[in-house]
Amino acid sequence: MTTVPTKRDYSLLGRDAQAAVANGLAAAEWYHTAIPRKQMKELMKREDGPAIRDTVIWLGSMVLLGGLGIYFWGTWFAVPFFLAYGVLHGSASDSRWHECGHGTAFKTMWMNDAVYQIACFMIMRNPVTWRWSHTRHHTDTVIVGRDPEIAVMRPPDLIRLVLNFFGTIDVWHALIDMVRNAFGVISAAEKTFIPEMERPKAILVARIWLAIYVVTIGLSVYLGSVLPLMLIGLPRLYGAWHHVMTGLLQHGGLADNVIDHRLNSRTVHMNPVSRFIYWNMNYHVEHHMFPMVPYHALPKLHAMIKHDLPAANPSILDGYREMIPAFLRQLRNEDYFLKRELPQTAKPYREEFHSEPVAAE
Amino acid sequence: MSSNWVEVCAADDIDEEDVIRFDHEGRTFAVYRSPDDEYFATDGLCTHEHIHLADGLVMDDIIECPKHNGRFNYKTGQAKGAPVCVNLKTYPVKVEAGSVFIAIS
Repeated sequence: MTTVPTKRDYSLLGRDAQAAVANGLAAAEWYHTAIPRKQMKELMKREDGPAIRDTVIWLGSMVLLGGLGIYFWGTWFAVPFFLAYGVLHGSASDSRWHECGHGTAFKTMWMNDAVYQIACFMIMRNPVTWRWSHTRHHTDTVIVGRDPEIAVMRPPDLIRLVLNFFGTIDVWHALIDMVRNAFGVISAAEKTFIPEMERPKAILVARIWLAIYVVTIGLSVYLGSVLPLMLIGLPRLYGAWHHVMTGLLQHGGLADNVIDHRLNSRTVHMNPVSRFIYWNMNYHVEHHMFPMVPYHALPKLHAMIKHDLPAANPSILDGYREMIPAFLRQLRNEDYFLKRELPQTAKPYREEFHSEPVAAE
Repeated sequence: MSSNWVEVCAADDIDEEDVIRFDHEGRTFAVYRSPDDEYFATDGLCTHEHIHLADGLVMDDIIECPKHNGRFNYKTGQAKGAPVCVNLKTYPVKVEAGSVFIAIS
């Protein structure tokens, strides 16, 4: 098929946003694998136990590793402890805000809310803004002009991708957004997905966070040491790499503007450590198809519906082996994407849903 | 406003702590059976993005929407936090001769 590169407009206020609404891609009905109601209820069942266990391990490890980092501060022995602390602060927090934002991690809602607030602070994502942006992400996953959480736009900005492994650009924008919100300014793009009644909450949170950072910076200046910032703030830079590594796999290189998560999301089998940090979000097709299913039930869901899904990537490395060449090809042709092959046992995707069939090779 | 009692299904057709979808004259309702064996009814679509609540999860007196995890108290229709803000409309329910009826105004 001959492809003609087209410029995508990712602005939530732009041309493609209007087009997505006009051609029925916005708030469309998405494909779901059929699961008997009784089995679905069993999968959706909420529990406190797994998330309490994982949260105790997560925060307990941070206290231990941070304490050892402080103890060995000034020596090279501190380095491995801070490297591990940084990943728990700057990467594990990504999956925690996500799961608790869905309200599925714990059965008890206040526990979801408490961990959500803590994790949002660590990952520097305003809990109000991101709750609503993520709601839109689930409504319009990788729909150009509608999804505010597209990590890799086309053509990909590879320099930005590499810098974000150390949080560089993300954190810069997060700080600007925090200061802007703290001064009571909600941007035009934010207004497209945050309801008016929620905006004061976003401003309040930004003010509290700004105060925490001012105190932390002040303490660092007072002590004449960067140590306080090594514990709060800087881990979002030096510990970000794992959440970027796993997060890019979610949708990277796959189709946009389709309403079937089997085609625009990626499931990757991962090692147990990464799965703990990522809270099973490696089962990403399954999560998008059924966001009611708690993270701890996703492996079971995967086993039940894999006959209807593209084959999962067997490892993180395998995911990158297919994704990076796709990014490089998108530099020359932004319409290129990795077309997912559905198994013989799967229900086919209906391309006639779309006004313009997307190019594939 | 007058109400019409409309038969939904046999009482046993709804599992305990579950919900079913009921379509009637172009409208969609959700009919619930609580853990303590009482029956309730609300509008069937989430007030946030028109998703069928009958595909969601009943927990105690809460129905959780299957798309964005928005929550309502299905006994009162009250929205219980983001991303739902608008309450559900509720409908009277009765069980007679082993069948569930809802009053549609």
